[in-house]
Amino acid sequence: MTSKNKNWEYSPSLESTGHIKLKKKYDLFINGKWTKSSSKKYFKTINPNDEKLIAEISHANQNDVDLAVKSARKAYDTVWSKMPANERGKYIYRIARIMQERAKELAVIESLDSGKPIREARDIDIPLACNHFFYYAGWADKLDYAFPNRKISPLGVAGQIIPWNFPLLMAAWKIAPALAAGNTVVLKPAETTSLTALKLAEIIEESGLPAGVVNIITGHGDTGASIVNHPDINKIAFTGSTGVGKIIQKAIAGTDKKATLELGGKSANIIFDDAPLDQAIEGIVNGIFFNQGHVCCAGSRLFVQENIADKVIRKLKHRMKSLVVGNPLDKNTDVGAINSKDQLQIINKYIKLGKKEGAELYQSTCSIPKKGFFCPPTIFTNVAQSSILVQEEIFGPVLTIQTFRTVDEVIQKANNTPYGLAAGVWTDKGARIFNLTTKLKAGVVWANTYNKFDPASPFGGYKESGFGREGGMHGLSAYLKLS
Amino acid sequence: MKRVEILKTYKIYSGGKFPRTESGRYYMALDKKGNPIANMCLGSRKDVRNAVVSARKALGAWSGKTAFNRSQILYRIAEVIEGRKSQFVEELILQGSQKNSAIKEVEDSIDRIVYYAGWCDKFCQIGSSVNPVSSSHFNFSTYEPVGVVGLIAPQDSSLLGLVSLLMPIIAGGNTCVVLANESLPLCSITFSEVLHASDVPGGAVNIITGHISELIKPLSTHMDVNALAFSGLNELKKEIDLFSVENLKRVRSYDLNWKNTDTQGLHYITDFQEVKTTWHPIENIGGATSTY
Repeated sequence: MTSKNKNWEYSPSLESTGHIKLKKKYDLFINGKWTKSSSKKYFKTINPNDEKLIAEISHANQNDVDLAVKSARKAYDTVWSKMPANERGKYIYRIARIMQERAKELAVIESLDSGKPIREARDIDIPLACNHFFYYAGWADKLDYAFPNRKISPLGVAGQIIPWNFPLLMAAWKIAPALAAGNTVVLKPAETTSLTALKLAEIIEESGLPAGVVNIITGHGDTGASIVNHPDINKIAFTGSTGVGKIIQKAIAGTDKKATLELGGKSANIIFDDAPLDQAIEGIVNGIFFNQGHVCCAGSRLFVQENIADKVIRKLKHRMKSLVVGNPLDKNTDVGAINSKDQLQIINKYIKLGKKEGAELYQSTCSIPKKGFFCPPTIFTNVAQSSILVQEEIFGPVLTIQTFRTVDEVIQKANNTPYGLAAGVWTDKGARIFNLTTKLKAGVVWANTYNKFDPASPFGGYKESGFGREGGMHGLSAYLKLS
Repeated sequence: MKRVEILKTYKIYSGGKFPRTESGRYYMALDKKGNPIANMCLGSRKDVRNAVVSARKALGAWSGKTAFNRSQILYRIAEVIEGRKSQFVEELILQGSQKNSAIKEVEDSIDRIVYYAGWCDKFCQIGSSVNPVSSSHFNFSTYEPVGVVGLIAPQDSSLLGLVSLLMPIIAGGNTCVVLANESLPLCSITFSEVLHASDVPGGAVNIITGHISELIKPLSTHMDVNALAFSGLNELKKEIDLFSVENLKRVRSYDLNWKNTDTQGLHYITDFQEVKTTWHPIENIGGATSTY
């Protein structure tokens, strides 16, 4: 049965956008006020589903960054570092509560601006973002318990630069622990997905958080560079590509700026012949097609034990046929729009290169919208370990499939990458799970599951996937000076 | 007639062996007055690379030992030094220390080794956690060694500085390539003999003597070194940071007087650990209503 069979097609089920409030133009949120950029420049943010303009966003320049850092410094010196920790926590709780109240609006805007399916924004991104604030709020007055025998103090002003794949969630991952630990913040969202961060600024305004404690400034790479290079910033927190992570490391070399980097990945998802196959197939799909594969920890390298490879590939292809690719706001949509034209070009470049290398391509046969940026779920079989598809992060719905015979072989293959963010293992055998989880060089290992996140669970990579952890008790140390 | 003394030949320690530097070069270690006291190996780029290969090879054996066993091996290091205390004291005096401070340095070093011996099978329990996630999963975080660590030994003491950073690195299951104190190198090589006699697997610790300025680059640019530690050397910090970017080495720089008693602690171990988080589903059928 194919999706062409009209009898079984879903009727559209579009989420309404009537209740969301968006301005036509957004300025910078500095020192608690909406401030015009001295650059006087605005850039457009568009809906990747239909390429229509959503709003215009201010392009902050070096002067704006300086103003934001100054207000963050002032707020740190005069208010935030002096406030009793439990009071600090109460503000963070307030932010969490208002986010929960406005969750629906945030989910719709997130889906509109980023291209992710509304189901994911509604059920994963936004609840996790709210929960992250709620979780860290409670840490504010309990920090001493996390670091026995150490003296703790906040770092000061944190400069935070976040990506476009989980816009609001990444803002929450950055801001919540920074505030709980007593720092003030200058945050820059990615240029294609500024809107939910700006909505968060509205929420922060509504919460009565003292002016300057959180400053949200929008812009491009140059804005980010100004944050990284600003001499009065004590801490850089960055989530994004390994390439940019290295540029940041070079920029702050020899300084006392503390950094946490959450960078790229090329995570292995390993299926053994005793795995519960139907669950594993769901795990493969969730691992690589969740959020169009725009996931740093995406299970983009599938390793299947040789004796079940044919069966797994057959089942996977069958499952791919039922994935709905289309309007992100449609509640039936499984795979939404690629975030930007640029990213779509990058993904298509890799698909082309893969074909040229001789890898075997299979794409799901679903219909793809004519307008907007879309890429059908794609798998490549017959790929070598040396293939560019296996070596490089694609950041799209593209999966490579390799086979293995023994445990040793798959550990060696899985670890044969400069990255080390995450890994998945599917087997019914507990002893084997623990063998693999200890030998895989990755910060997060999902056994018989994939792509699960939680505020209480530390996240972050080994090797060139970056350093530092976000989430849980371990996420606090990124924002504290311990002596 | 006075007996002719046997003078000691100081060599490097690499892969569990005591070879001369592959470069065949030497430099002279001098005493305080500038008189030569020993010919030291002037280690080379290639020595560093060989040592990294050995350290990588030894990582499985060392990190794979039980934490309890590592604890015993570290304790054994302390035992062996205790028995050779006078040799270290003599070397320290030869390099310019007063007798009392030499004795104190050796004793403090032994005590610090014992301190870290005790941590081997305990630090993980303190920093690990079972994380109460809001879904039906068992989720826990624990430490794993970061891997191969490059250590530029503190340049202000011959023994105590080296011990203060090397012990937390290996207590946590890492293997290590050490650039020895350049001007006070004697104790580091004698210390490697102690390691050799203490069941530390060959290659787990490698110690190279030579010019720090020459060896920093091959060590800190090496793509198979996962982390780098040094103390002081503030004038080289930027250079070392830059060298370390390409494979995102974890760079740990300290600016401490290792004689102080507060320069030991749990965090010197966890500075060289990665946090790994593991998830597994919890079955949620059957017995759902039982409260027993």
